[in-house]
Amino acid sequence: MSPADNATTRRARYPEEIDWAATPGSVTPGMPAEQPAGVHASRIGSVEILAGLLLVLALFRDQVGGLVSGARLQTWTTVFVSVLVQAVPFLVFGVVLSAVIAVFVPRSFWAKALPRHPALAVPAAGLAGVILPGCECGSVPIAGSLIRRGVTPAAALAFLLAAPAINPIVLTATVIAFPGRPGMAVARGLASLVVAVAMGWLWLRLGKTEWIRLPHRPDLDDSAKARAFWAACRHDVMHAGGFLVLGAAAAATINVVVPAAWLQSLAGSPVLSVIALATLAVLLSICSEADAFVAASLSQFSLTSRLVFLVVGPMVDLKLISMQTGMFGRRFASRFAPVTFVAAILVGTAFGAVLL
Amino acid sequence: MNRLAQAVVMLLFGGAIIKATLTDMFLRYVKEGLRPLLLVAGGLLIAAAVMTIWYDLRAPSAAAEQDDGHGHGHGHHEPRVGWLLLLPVLALLLIAPPALGSYAAGQAGAVVVNPALDSDYPPLPAGDPAPISLLDYASRSIYDSGKSLTGRQLKLTGFVTPGPDGRPMLARMVLTCCAADGRPIKIGLAGDTQIDAAPDSWVEVVGVYSQQVGKDPVNKADVAYLEVRSWQQITEPKQPYA
Repeated sequence: MSPADNATTRRARYPEEIDWAATPGSVTPGMPAEQPAGVHASRIGSVEILAGLLLVLALFRDQVGGLVSGARLQTWTTVFVSVLVQAVPFLVFGVVLSAVIAVFVPRSFWAKALPRHPALAVPAAGLAGVILPGCECGSVPIAGSLIRRGVTPAAALAFLLAAPAINPIVLTATVIAFPGRPGMAVARGLASLVVAVAMGWLWLRLGKTEWIRLPHRPDLDDSAKARAFWAACRHDVMHAGGFLVLGAAAAATINVVVPAAWLQSLAGSPVLSVIALATLAVLLSICSEADAFVAASLSQFSLTSRLVFLVVGPMVDLKLISMQTGMFGRRFASRFAPVTFVAAILVGTAFGAVLL
Repeated sequence: MNRLAQAVVMLLFGGAIIKATLTDMFLRYVKEGLRPLLLVAGGLLIAAAVMTIWYDLRAPSAAAEQDDGHGHGHGHHEPRVGWLLLLPVLALLLIAPPALGSYAAGQAGAVVVNPALDSDYPPLPAGDPAPISLLDYASRSIYDSGKSLTGRQLKLTGFVTPGPDGRPMLARMVLTCCAADGRPIKIGLAGDTQIDAAPDSWVEVVGVYSQQVGKDPVNKADVAYLEVRSWQQITEPKQPYA
Protein backbone atom coordinates (compact mmCIF):
# COMPACT_ATOMS: atom_id res chain seq x y z
CA MET A 1 0.00 0.00 0.00
CA SER A 2 1.51 3.29 -1.03
CA PRO A 3 1.60 6.38 1.16
CA ALA A 4 -0.74 8.00 -1.31
CA ASP A 5 -3.33 5.33 -0.57
CA ASN A 6 -3.05 6.05 3.10
CA ALA A 7 -3.56 9.70 2.49
CA THR A 8 -6.78 9.06 0.65
CA THR A 9 -8.25 7.13 3.54
CA ARG A 10 -7.58 10.05 5.79
CA ARG A 11 -9.48 12.36 3.57
CA ALA A 12 -13.12 11.61 3.10
CA ARG A 13 -14.13 11.81 -0.48
CA TYR A 14 -17.77 11.31 0.24
CA PRO A 15 -19.54 14.59 0.66
CA GLU A 16 -22.65 12.81 1.88
CA GLU A 17 -20.76 11.58 4.90
CA ILE A 18 -19.63 14.95 6.07
CA ASP A 19 -20.25 15.54 9.74
CA TRP A 20 -22.34 18.63 10.07
CA ALA A 21 -21.40 19.05 13.68
CA ALA A 22 -18.37 20.62 12.11
CA THR A 23 -16.35 23.53 13.38
CA PRO A 24 -17.80 26.94 12.76
CA GLY A 25 -16.63 28.35 9.52
CA SER A 26 -15.83 25.13 7.68
CA VAL A 27 -17.83 25.97 4.61
CA THR A 28 -18.41 23.31 2.03
CA PRO A 29 -18.78 24.59 -1.48
CA GLY A 30 -21.80 23.67 -3.50
CA MET A 31 -24.21 23.87 -0.60
CA PRO A 32 -26.22 27.01 -1.08
CA ALA A 33 -27.64 28.74 1.92
CA GLU A 34 -31.33 28.14 1.81
CA GLN A 35 -34.40 27.57 3.89
CA PRO A 36 -33.20 29.03 7.14
CA ALA A 37 -36.68 28.71 8.59
CA GLY A 38 -36.77 24.97 7.94
CA VAL A 39 -33.36 24.65 9.50
CA HIS A 40 -34.56 26.40 12.55
CA ALA A 41 -37.45 23.98 12.87
CA SER A 42 -35.27 20.90 12.48
CA ARG A 43 -32.70 22.26 14.92
CA ILE A 44 -35.32 22.61 17.61
CA GLY A 45 -36.81 19.35 16.39
CA SER A 46 -34.59 16.73 17.95
CA VAL A 47 -34.53 18.36 21.36
CA GLU A 48 -38.29 18.76 21.27
CA ILE A 49 -38.82 15.16 20.23
CA LEU A 50 -36.51 14.06 23.02
CA ALA A 51 -38.31 16.18 25.60
CA GLY A 52 -41.71 14.96 24.41
CA LEU A 53 -40.58 11.35 24.45
CA LEU A 54 -39.22 11.63 27.96
CA LEU A 55 -42.37 13.35 29.16
CA VAL A 56 -44.60 10.64 27.73
CA LEU A 57 -42.43 7.93 29.26
CA ALA A 58 -42.37 9.65 32.64
CA LEU A 59 -46.17 9.93 32.61
CA PHE A 60 -46.69 6.31 31.60
CA ARG A 61 -43.81 4.81 33.51
CA ASP A 62 -45.95 2.19 35.26
CA GLN A 63 -47.39 0.98 31.98
CA VAL A 64 -43.93 0.84 30.42
CA GLY A 65 -42.61 -1.16 33.35
CA GLY A 66 -45.59 -3.52 33.04
CA LEU A 67 -44.85 -4.17 29.36
CA VAL A 68 -41.87 -6.25 30.31
CA SER A 69 -43.52 -9.21 31.95
CA GLY A 70 -43.04 -12.86 31.25
CA ALA A 71 -39.85 -14.75 32.00
CA ARG A 72 -38.55 -14.63 28.45
CA LEU A 73 -38.90 -10.90 27.92
CA GLN A 74 -37.55 -10.23 31.39
CA THR A 75 -34.50 -12.36 30.73
CA TRP A 76 -34.04 -10.56 27.41
CA THR A 77 -34.09 -7.17 29.12
CA THR A 78 -31.69 -8.31 31.83
CA VAL A 79 -29.19 -9.68 29.30
CA PHE A 80 -29.55 -6.61 27.07
CA VAL A 81 -28.92 -4.21 29.94
CA SER A 82 -26.08 -6.26 31.34
CA VAL A 83 -24.24 -6.51 28.00
CA LEU A 84 -24.46 -2.72 27.78
CA VAL A 85 -23.54 -1.98 31.39
CA GLN A 86 -20.59 -4.32 31.05
CA ALA A 87 -19.44 -2.65 27.84
CA VAL A 88 -19.91 0.97 28.91
CA PRO A 89 -16.58 1.43 30.75
CA PHE A 90 -14.66 -0.16 27.89
CA LEU A 91 -16.58 1.84 25.31
CA VAL A 92 -16.01 5.11 27.15
CA PHE A 93 -12.31 4.47 27.77
CA GLY A 94 -11.89 3.35 24.16
CA VAL A 95 -13.60 6.50 22.96
CA VAL A 96 -11.49 8.74 25.19
CA LEU A 97 -8.28 7.00 24.10
CA SER A 98 -9.30 7.28 20.47
CA ALA A 99 -10.08 10.99 20.94
CA VAL A 100 -6.63 11.46 22.48
CA ILE A 101 -5.10 9.70 19.46
CA ALA A 102 -7.20 11.75 17.07
CA VAL A 103 -6.54 15.13 18.65
CA PHE A 104 -3.38 15.12 20.74
CA VAL A 105 -1.01 12.51 19.28
CA PRO A 106 0.77 14.05 16.28
CA ARG A 107 0.69 12.17 13.00
CA SER A 108 4.46 12.01 12.99
CA PHE A 109 4.38 9.83 16.13
CA TRP A 110 2.88 6.87 14.28
CA ALA A 111 5.41 7.18 11.47
CA LYS A 112 8.16 6.83 14.08
CA ALA A 113 6.48 4.23 16.29
CA LEU A 114 5.61 1.71 13.60
CA PRO A 115 8.01 0.15 11.09
CA ARG A 116 8.00 2.11 7.85
CA HIS A 117 7.24 -0.91 5.69
CA PRO A 118 3.52 -1.79 5.91
CA ALA A 119 4.26 -5.53 5.86
CA LEU A 120 6.32 -5.09 9.04
CA ALA A 121 3.94 -2.58 10.59
CA VAL A 122 1.19 -5.22 10.60
CA PRO A 123 2.81 -7.67 13.06
CA ALA A 124 4.11 -4.77 15.15
CA ALA A 125 0.60 -3.35 15.48
CA GLY A 126 -0.78 -6.80 16.23
CA LEU A 127 1.70 -7.30 19.05
CA ALA A 128 0.91 -3.83 20.34
CA GLY A 129 -2.53 -5.22 21.15
CA VAL A 130 -0.95 -6.74 24.26
CA ILE A 131 -0.99 -3.35 25.94
CA LEU A 132 -4.71 -2.64 25.63
CA PRO A 133 -6.29 -4.46 28.53
CA GLY A 134 -9.92 -4.38 27.59
CA CYS A 135 -12.53 -6.13 25.57
CA GLU A 136 -13.47 -5.63 21.97
CA CYS A 137 -15.91 -2.71 22.21
CA GLY A 138 -13.13 -0.22 22.94
CA SER A 139 -10.82 -1.24 20.14
CA VAL A 140 -13.18 -0.31 17.27
CA PRO A 141 -13.08 3.47 17.80
CA ILE A 142 -9.33 3.25 18.51
CA ALA A 143 -8.70 1.49 15.19
CA GLY A 144 -10.78 4.17 13.46
CA SER A 145 -8.67 6.90 15.02
CA LEU A 146 -5.44 5.16 14.07
CA ILE A 147 -6.47 5.03 10.40
CA ARG A 148 -7.55 8.65 10.56
CA ARG A 149 -4.11 9.57 11.91
CA GLY A 150 -2.35 7.97 8.98
CA VAL A 151 -1.59 4.48 10.29
CA THR A 152 -1.73 1.95 7.47
CA PRO A 153 -5.26 0.45 7.55
CA ALA A 154 -3.73 -3.04 7.48
CA ALA A 155 -1.82 -2.35 10.70
CA ALA A 156 -4.81 -0.74 12.38
CA LEU A 157 -6.94 -3.77 11.47
CA ALA A 158 -4.34 -6.17 12.87
CA PHE A 159 -4.47 -4.16 16.09
CA LEU A 160 -8.27 -4.22 16.04
CA LEU A 161 -8.32 -8.01 15.81
CA ALA A 162 -5.44 -8.80 18.14
CA ALA A 163 -6.02 -6.39 21.04
CA PRO A 164 -9.15 -7.96 22.55
CA ALA A 165 -7.77 -11.50 22.31
CA ILE A 166 -4.13 -11.38 23.38
CA ASN A 167 -4.09 -8.88 26.24
CA PRO A 168 -2.94 -10.18 29.64
CA ILE A 169 -6.36 -9.98 31.30
CA VAL A 170 -8.01 -12.17 28.70
CA LEU A 171 -5.18 -14.70 28.66
CA THR A 172 -5.16 -14.88 32.46
CA ALA A 173 -8.91 -15.47 32.44
CA THR A 174 -8.36 -18.29 29.94
CA VAL A 175 -5.74 -19.93 32.19
CA ILE A 176 -8.14 -19.75 35.16
CA ALA A 177 -11.08 -21.09 33.18
CA PHE A 178 -9.15 -24.15 32.01
CA PRO A 179 -7.30 -25.34 35.11
CA GLY A 180 -4.52 -27.78 34.33
CA ARG A 181 -4.59 -26.88 30.63
CA PRO A 182 -2.30 -23.88 30.16
CA GLY A 183 -2.01 -24.97 26.52
CA MET A 184 -5.44 -23.47 25.92
CA ALA A 185 -4.30 -19.94 26.72
CA VAL A 186 -1.07 -20.40 24.73
CA ALA A 187 -2.98 -21.72 21.73
CA ARG A 188 -5.51 -18.93 22.01
CA GLY A 189 -2.89 -16.18 22.13
CA LEU A 190 -0.85 -17.59 19.25
CA ALA A 191 -3.82 -18.42 17.03
CA SER A 192 -5.38 -14.99 17.57
CA LEU A 193 -2.13 -13.21 16.77
CA VAL A 194 -1.67 -15.31 13.63
CA VAL A 195 -5.21 -14.54 12.44
CA ALA A 196 -4.77 -10.82 13.14
CA VAL A 197 -1.46 -10.60 11.28
CA ALA A 198 -2.73 -12.75 8.41
CA MET A 199 -5.79 -10.52 8.03
CA GLY A 200 -3.52 -7.46 8.02
CA TRP A 201 -1.34 -8.91 5.29
CA LEU A 202 -4.39 -10.05 3.34
CA TRP A 203 -5.67 -6.49 3.51
CA LEU A 204 -2.35 -5.25 2.11
CA ARG A 205 -2.72 -7.57 -0.88
CA LEU A 206 -6.44 -7.47 -1.57
CA GLY A 207 -7.94 -4.66 0.45
CA LYS A 208 -9.24 -1.60 -1.33
CA THR A 209 -9.00 1.73 0.37
CA GLU A 210 -12.42 2.80 -0.81
CA TRP A 211 -14.05 0.01 1.20
CA ILE A 212 -13.29 1.97 4.33
CA ARG A 213 -15.49 5.00 4.59
CA LEU A 214 -14.42 7.00 7.55
CA PRO A 215 -16.81 9.90 7.93
CA HIS A 216 -15.23 13.30 7.30
CA ARG A 217 -14.65 14.90 10.68
CA PRO A 218 -13.56 18.52 10.34
CA ASP A 219 -14.20 18.98 14.06
CA LEU A 220 -11.05 16.96 14.72
CA ASP A 221 -8.93 19.67 13.10
CA ASP A 222 -10.35 22.35 15.38
CA SER A 223 -7.58 24.70 16.44
CA ALA A 224 -8.93 24.60 20.00
CA LYS A 225 -7.66 21.18 21.09
CA ALA A 226 -10.01 20.85 24.07
CA ARG A 227 -13.07 21.58 21.97
CA ALA A 228 -11.93 19.09 19.34
CA PHE A 229 -11.35 16.49 22.04
CA TRP A 230 -14.82 16.78 23.52
CA ALA A 231 -16.43 16.90 20.08
CA ALA A 232 -14.64 13.66 19.21
CA CYS A 233 -15.78 12.06 22.49
CA ARG A 234 -19.38 13.13 21.93
CA HIS A 235 -19.46 11.91 18.36
CA ASP A 236 -17.90 8.53 19.11
CA VAL A 237 -20.02 7.84 22.18
CA MET A 238 -23.21 8.54 20.25
CA HIS A 239 -22.06 6.67 17.17
CA ALA A 240 -20.28 3.62 18.56
CA GLY A 241 -22.71 3.54 21.49
CA GLY A 242 -25.72 3.43 19.21
CA PHE A 243 -24.29 0.51 17.27
CA LEU A 244 -23.38 -1.18 20.53
CA VAL A 245 -27.05 -0.98 21.55
CA LEU A 246 -28.01 -2.70 18.29
CA GLY A 247 -25.45 -5.43 18.88
CA ALA A 248 -26.47 -5.93 22.50
CA ALA A 249 -30.10 -6.30 21.46
CA ALA A 250 -29.14 -8.94 18.90
CA ALA A 251 -26.97 -10.80 21.39
CA ALA A 252 -29.71 -10.76 24.03
CA THR A 253 -32.17 -12.16 21.50
CA ILE A 254 -29.88 -15.05 20.62
CA ASN A 255 -29.16 -15.65 24.28
CA VAL A 256 -32.85 -16.05 25.04
CA VAL A 257 -34.05 -17.73 21.85
CA VAL A 258 -31.39 -20.40 21.32
CA PRO A 259 -31.53 -23.05 24.02
CA ALA A 260 -28.21 -24.60 24.89
CA ALA A 261 -29.71 -28.08 24.64
CA TRP A 262 -30.07 -27.58 20.89
CA LEU A 263 -26.31 -27.27 20.56
CA GLN A 264 -25.46 -30.48 22.32
CA SER A 265 -26.74 -32.59 19.44
CA LEU A 266 -23.91 -31.17 17.31
CA ALA A 267 -21.14 -31.92 19.79
CA GLY A 268 -20.46 -35.42 18.51
CA SER A 269 -19.17 -34.58 15.05
CA PRO A 270 -15.68 -33.04 14.94
CA VAL A 271 -16.46 -30.85 11.93
CA LEU A 272 -19.95 -29.78 12.93
CA SER A 273 -18.86 -28.98 16.46
CA VAL A 274 -16.21 -26.55 15.21
CA ILE A 275 -18.70 -24.80 12.94
CA ALA A 276 -21.39 -24.78 15.61
CA LEU A 277 -19.17 -23.18 18.25
CA ALA A 278 -17.71 -20.67 15.77
CA THR A 279 -21.26 -19.61 14.89
CA LEU A 280 -22.22 -19.52 18.55
CA ALA A 281 -19.28 -17.22 19.29
CA VAL A 282 -20.56 -14.80 16.65
CA LEU A 283 -24.13 -14.90 17.88
CA LEU A 284 -23.58 -14.74 21.63
CA SER A 285 -21.21 -11.73 21.44
CA ILE A 286 -19.74 -12.41 24.86
CA CYS A 287 -17.06 -10.09 26.17
CA SER A 288 -13.62 -11.53 25.49
CA GLU A 289 -12.75 -11.42 29.19
CA ALA A 290 -15.56 -13.86 29.96
CA ASP A 291 -15.81 -16.14 26.97
CA ALA A 292 -13.24 -18.60 28.30
CA PHE A 293 -15.56 -19.49 31.17
CA VAL A 294 -18.42 -20.08 28.78
CA ALA A 295 -16.14 -22.24 26.64
CA ALA A 296 -15.18 -24.22 29.75
CA SER A 297 -18.86 -24.95 30.42
CA LEU A 298 -19.39 -26.33 26.89
CA SER A 299 -17.86 -29.49 28.24
CA GLN A 300 -19.20 -31.89 25.64
CA PHE A 301 -17.39 -30.17 22.82
CA SER A 302 -13.85 -31.00 21.75
CA LEU A 303 -11.03 -28.76 22.95
CA THR A 304 -10.32 -27.74 19.35
CA SER A 305 -13.86 -26.53 18.79
CA ARG A 306 -13.72 -24.61 22.06
CA LEU A 307 -10.44 -23.02 20.98
CA VAL A 308 -12.13 -21.91 17.75
CA PHE A 309 -14.89 -20.41 19.90
CA LEU A 310 -12.26 -18.39 21.78
CA VAL A 311 -10.46 -17.25 18.62
CA VAL A 312 -13.58 -16.24 16.68
CA GLY A 313 -15.44 -14.49 19.53
CA PRO A 314 -13.22 -11.44 20.08
CA MET A 315 -12.78 -10.91 16.32
CA VAL A 316 -16.24 -11.42 14.83
CA ASP A 317 -19.49 -11.10 16.70
CA LEU A 318 -22.82 -9.34 16.29
CA LYS A 319 -21.94 -6.26 18.30
CA LEU A 320 -18.54 -5.94 16.60
CA ILE A 321 -20.09 -6.26 13.14
CA SER A 322 -22.61 -3.61 14.10
CA MET A 323 -19.91 -1.29 15.46
CA GLN A 324 -17.58 -1.87 12.50
CA THR A 325 -20.40 -1.09 10.09
CA GLY A 326 -20.91 2.16 11.92
CA MET A 327 -17.22 3.05 12.09
CA PHE A 328 -15.91 1.92 8.69
CA GLY A 329 -19.01 1.52 6.56
CA ARG A 330 -21.09 -1.36 5.28
CA ARG A 331 -18.86 -2.20 2.33
CA PHE A 332 -15.99 -2.79 4.69
CA ALA A 333 -17.86 -4.82 7.30
CA SER A 334 -19.58 -7.07 4.76
CA ARG A 335 -16.18 -8.17 3.43
CA PHE A 336 -14.00 -8.01 6.50
CA ALA A 337 -16.22 -9.93 8.95
CA PRO A 338 -16.84 -13.07 6.82
CA VAL A 339 -13.18 -13.39 5.79
CA THR A 340 -12.03 -12.95 9.37
CA PHE A 341 -14.56 -15.56 10.43
CA VAL A 342 -13.21 -18.14 7.97
CA ALA A 343 -9.59 -17.28 8.79
CA ALA A 344 -10.23 -17.61 12.52
CA ILE A 345 -11.88 -21.02 12.06
CA LEU A 346 -9.04 -22.34 9.90
CA VAL A 347 -6.21 -21.04 12.08
CA GLY A 348 -8.00 -22.00 15.30
CA THR A 349 -8.58 -25.54 14.06
CA ALA A 350 -4.96 -25.88 12.94
CA PHE A 351 -3.60 -24.70 16.30
CA GLY A 352 -6.08 -26.93 18.10
CA ALA A 353 -4.95 -29.96 16.13
CA VAL A 354 -1.27 -29.28 16.83
CA LEU A 355 -1.24 -27.89 20.37
CA LEU A 356 -4.22 -29.45 22.16
CA MET B 1 -30.08 14.79 16.31
CA ASN B 2 -28.32 18.04 17.13
CA ARG B 3 -25.58 18.56 19.66
CA LEU B 4 -27.90 19.64 22.43
CA ALA B 5 -30.06 16.54 22.08
CA GLN B 6 -26.93 14.40 22.03
CA ALA B 7 -25.75 16.09 25.20
CA VAL B 8 -29.06 15.34 26.91
CA VAL B 9 -28.89 11.68 25.86
CA MET B 10 -25.30 11.38 27.15
CA LEU B 11 -26.31 13.09 30.38
CA LEU B 12 -29.19 10.64 30.87
CA PHE B 13 -27.02 7.65 29.96
CA GLY B 14 -24.20 8.64 32.31
CA GLY B 15 -26.70 9.51 35.02
CA ALA B 16 -28.50 6.17 34.67
CA ILE B 17 -25.19 4.29 34.92
CA ILE B 18 -24.14 6.21 38.03
CA LYS B 19 -27.53 5.80 39.66
CA ALA B 20 -27.55 2.05 39.02
CA THR B 21 -24.03 1.81 40.45
CA LEU B 22 -24.68 3.82 43.59
CA THR B 23 -27.90 1.96 44.39
CA ASP B 24 -26.19 -1.44 43.93
CA MET B 25 -28.72 -2.23 41.19
CA PHE B 26 -25.76 -2.86 38.87
CA LEU B 27 -25.04 -6.07 40.81
CA ARG B 28 -27.96 -7.64 38.93
CA TYR B 29 -26.08 -7.19 35.66
CA VAL B 30 -22.33 -7.25 36.19
CA LYS B 31 -19.63 -8.16 38.69
CA GLU B 32 -19.03 -5.99 41.72
CA GLY B 33 -15.45 -5.27 40.61
CA LEU B 34 -16.78 -3.11 37.78
CA ARG B 35 -18.06 -0.50 40.29
CA PRO B 36 -15.14 1.99 40.07
CA LEU B 37 -14.94 1.66 36.28
CA LEU B 38 -18.68 2.31 35.95
CA LEU B 39 -18.47 5.40 38.16
CA VAL B 40 -15.56 6.81 36.15
CA ALA B 41 -17.26 6.00 32.83
CA GLY B 42 -20.53 7.57 33.98
CA GLY B 43 -18.61 10.64 35.14
CA LEU B 44 -16.86 10.92 31.77
CA LEU B 45 -20.21 10.67 29.95
CA ILE B 46 -21.63 13.46 32.08
CA ALA B 47 -18.47 15.53 31.55
CA ALA B 48 -18.76 15.09 27.78
CA ALA B 49 -22.42 16.15 27.97
CA VAL B 50 -21.62 19.22 30.06
CA MET B 51 -18.75 20.25 27.79
CA THR B 52 -20.97 19.81 24.71
CA ILE B 53 -23.63 22.05 26.22
CA TRP B 54 -20.96 24.53 27.32
CA TYR B 55 -19.44 24.85 23.86
CA ASP B 56 -22.88 24.95 22.26
CA LEU B 57 -24.04 27.77 24.53
CA ARG B 58 -20.79 29.69 24.28
CA ALA B 59 -20.75 29.79 20.52
CA PRO B 60 -24.42 29.61 19.60
CA SER B 61 -24.14 32.23 16.90
CA ALA B 62 -21.41 30.42 15.04
CA ALA B 63 -23.23 27.10 15.30
CA ALA B 64 -26.54 28.59 14.24
CA GLU B 65 -24.90 30.39 11.36
CA GLN B 66 -23.43 27.16 10.13
CA ASP B 67 -26.69 25.28 10.45
CA ASP B 68 -28.53 28.10 8.76
CA GLY B 69 -25.96 27.99 6.01
CA HIS B 70 -26.29 24.39 4.98
CA GLY B 71 -27.79 22.40 7.76
CA HIS B 72 -31.21 21.74 6.39
CA GLY B 73 -31.77 18.25 5.14
CA HIS B 74 -28.45 17.13 6.50
CA GLY B 75 -29.36 16.82 10.13
CA HIS B 76 -29.60 13.09 9.63
CA HIS B 77 -25.87 12.87 9.07
CA GLU B 78 -25.45 13.44 12.73
CA PRO B 79 -25.20 10.02 14.34
CA ARG B 80 -28.88 9.24 14.24
CA VAL B 81 -28.12 5.80 15.60
CA GLY B 82 -27.34 7.61 18.86
CA TRP B 83 -31.08 7.74 19.57
CA LEU B 84 -30.81 4.08 20.44
CA LEU B 85 -28.84 4.99 23.55
CA LEU B 86 -32.18 5.99 25.03
CA LEU B 87 -33.16 2.30 25.20
CA PRO B 88 -30.70 1.33 27.95
CA VAL B 89 -31.55 4.58 29.76
CA LEU B 90 -35.23 3.63 29.75
CA ALA B 91 -34.48 0.06 30.72
CA LEU B 92 -32.32 1.15 33.65
CA LEU B 93 -34.50 3.98 34.93
CA LEU B 94 -38.02 2.71 34.22
CA ILE B 95 -37.92 -1.08 33.97
CA ALA B 96 -34.92 -1.99 36.13
CA PRO B 97 -34.87 -5.62 34.95
CA PRO B 98 -34.46 -8.23 37.68
CA ALA B 99 -31.47 -10.50 38.14
CA LEU B 100 -31.43 -13.69 36.09
CA GLY B 101 -33.66 -16.35 37.58
CA SER B 102 -35.12 -19.74 36.94
CA TYR B 103 -35.86 -19.13 33.26
CA ALA B 104 -32.18 -18.56 32.53
CA ALA B 105 -31.22 -21.40 34.89
CA GLY B 106 -33.32 -23.84 32.87
CA GLN B 107 -31.98 -22.58 29.58
CA ALA B 108 -28.25 -23.05 30.06
CA GLY B 109 -26.12 -26.03 30.97
CA ALA B 110 -24.91 -26.15 34.56
CA VAL B 111 -21.50 -24.85 35.53
CA VAL B 112 -18.80 -27.49 35.44
CA VAL B 113 -17.33 -27.38 38.92
CA ASN B 114 -13.59 -27.71 39.27
CA PRO B 115 -11.77 -29.75 41.90
CA ALA B 116 -9.90 -27.83 44.57
CA LEU B 117 -6.51 -26.67 43.31
CA ASP B 118 -4.59 -28.56 45.98
CA SER B 119 -6.21 -31.90 46.55
CA ASP B 120 -7.24 -31.11 50.13
CA TYR B 121 -10.30 -29.06 50.90
CA PRO B 122 -9.99 -26.65 53.81
CA PRO B 123 -12.26 -27.44 56.76
CA LEU B 124 -15.77 -26.02 56.64
CA PRO B 125 -16.42 -22.69 58.34
CA ALA B 126 -17.48 -22.87 61.99
CA GLY B 127 -21.13 -22.79 62.89
CA ASP B 128 -24.01 -25.16 62.94
CA PRO B 129 -25.33 -25.18 60.32
CA ALA B 130 -22.15 -24.16 58.48
CA PRO B 131 -22.74 -21.67 55.64
CA ILE B 132 -21.36 -22.92 52.31
CA SER B 133 -21.73 -21.68 48.75
CA LEU B 134 -23.43 -23.82 46.14
CA LEU B 135 -20.22 -24.01 44.09
CA ASP B 136 -18.15 -25.08 47.09
CA TYR B 137 -20.74 -27.68 48.04
CA ALA B 138 -20.88 -29.10 44.51
CA SER B 139 -17.10 -29.28 44.23
CA ARG B 140 -16.64 -30.99 47.62
CA SER B 141 -19.54 -33.29 46.93
CA ILE B 142 -18.40 -34.44 43.49
CA TYR B 143 -14.60 -34.49 43.77
CA ASP B 144 -14.16 -35.27 47.45
CA SER B 145 -17.10 -37.69 47.72
CA GLY B 146 -18.35 -35.41 50.45
CA LYS B 147 -15.50 -36.36 52.83
CA SER B 148 -15.21 -32.84 54.19
CA LEU B 149 -19.00 -32.54 54.37
CA THR B 150 -20.17 -35.59 56.28
CA GLY B 151 -21.37 -35.12 59.81
CA ARG B 152 -22.07 -31.42 59.41
CA GLN B 153 -25.29 -29.48 58.98
CA LEU B 154 -24.93 -27.13 56.00
CA LYS B 155 -26.72 -23.93 55.06
CA LEU B 156 -27.08 -23.03 51.36
CA THR B 157 -28.71 -19.93 49.88
CA GLY B 158 -30.18 -19.81 46.40
CA PHE B 159 -33.38 -19.55 44.43
CA VAL B 160 -35.83 -22.31 43.58
CA THR B 161 -35.88 -23.53 40.02
CA PRO B 162 -37.82 -26.45 38.56
CA GLY B 163 -35.54 -29.36 37.65
CA PRO B 164 -35.89 -31.46 34.49
CA ASP B 165 -38.19 -33.87 36.32
CA GLY B 166 -40.31 -31.01 37.65
CA ARG B 167 -38.98 -31.36 41.20
CA PRO B 168 -37.55 -28.14 42.64
CA MET B 169 -33.80 -27.63 42.67
CA LEU B 170 -31.69 -25.04 44.41
CA ALA B 171 -29.84 -22.77 41.99
CA ARG B 172 -27.70 -19.72 41.78
CA MET B 173 -26.36 -18.01 38.66
CA VAL B 174 -22.59 -17.76 38.29
CA LEU B 175 -21.34 -14.66 36.52
CA THR B 176 -17.87 -14.12 35.11
CA CYS B 177 -18.37 -10.79 33.41
CA CYS B 178 -22.01 -9.94 32.87
CA ALA B 179 -25.40 -11.62 32.85
CA ALA B 180 -24.91 -12.66 29.21
CA ASP B 181 -22.44 -15.30 30.34
CA GLY B 182 -24.46 -16.32 33.41
CA ARG B 183 -24.50 -20.07 34.03
CA PRO B 184 -26.48 -21.85 36.69
CA ILE B 185 -25.03 -23.93 39.48
CA LYS B 186 -27.78 -26.31 40.50
CA ILE B 187 -28.07 -28.54 43.54
CA GLY B 188 -30.58 -31.36 43.57
CA LEU B 189 -32.78 -31.64 46.65
CA ALA B 190 -33.09 -35.10 48.20
CA GLY B 191 -34.90 -36.24 51.30
CA ASP B 192 -38.50 -36.10 52.39
CA THR B 193 -38.70 -32.38 53.15
CA GLN B 194 -40.48 -30.82 50.21
CA ILE B 195 -39.70 -27.24 49.25
CA ASP B 196 -42.95 -25.84 47.94
CA ALA B 197 -41.87 -22.25 47.34
CA ALA B 198 -42.67 -20.85 43.90
CA PRO B 199 -39.88 -20.79 41.28
CA ASP B 200 -37.58 -17.77 41.63
CA SER B 201 -38.23 -17.34 45.34
CA TRP B 202 -35.07 -17.15 47.40
CA VAL B 203 -34.63 -19.74 50.13
CA GLU B 204 -32.14 -20.68 52.80
CA VAL B 205 -31.87 -24.46 52.96
CA VAL B 206 -30.37 -26.40 55.86
CA GLY B 207 -29.42 -29.97 55.09
CA VAL B 208 -26.74 -32.66 55.09
CA TYR B 209 -24.56 -34.27 52.43
CA SER B 210 -26.27 -36.74 50.13
CA GLN B 211 -24.46 -39.32 48.03
CA GLN B 212 -26.89 -38.97 45.19
CA VAL B 213 -25.39 -37.48 41.99
CA GLY B 214 -27.40 -36.53 38.91
CA LYS B 215 -26.68 -35.26 35.42
CA ASP B 216 -27.70 -31.94 33.97
CA PRO B 217 -29.75 -32.82 30.87
CA VAL B 218 -28.43 -29.82 28.95
CA ASN B 219 -24.69 -30.48 29.08
CA LYS B 220 -24.37 -33.71 31.10
CA ALA B 221 -22.52 -31.96 33.91
CA ASP B 222 -22.55 -33.68 37.30
CA VAL B 223 -25.17 -32.34 39.69
CA ALA B 224 -24.65 -32.73 43.44
CA TYR B 225 -27.57 -33.41 45.79
CA LEU B 226 -28.34 -32.15 49.27
CA GLU B 227 -30.58 -33.90 51.76
CA VAL B 228 -32.93 -31.21 53.00
CA ARG B 229 -33.69 -30.95 56.72
CA SER B 230 -35.41 -27.55 56.82
CA TRP B 231 -35.82 -24.44 54.74
CA GLN B 232 -37.15 -20.92 54.93
CA GLN B 233 -37.97 -18.24 52.41
CA ILE B 234 -35.76 -15.12 52.45
CA THR B 235 -35.54 -11.85 50.54
CA GLU B 236 -33.25 -11.69 47.52
CA PRO B 237 -29.68 -10.98 48.64
CA LYS B 238 -27.99 -7.77 47.51
CA GLN B 239 -25.49 -9.81 45.52
CA PRO B 240 -27.75 -12.26 43.66
CA TYR B 241 -24.97 -14.06 41.79
CA ALA B 242 -22.36 -16.50 42.95
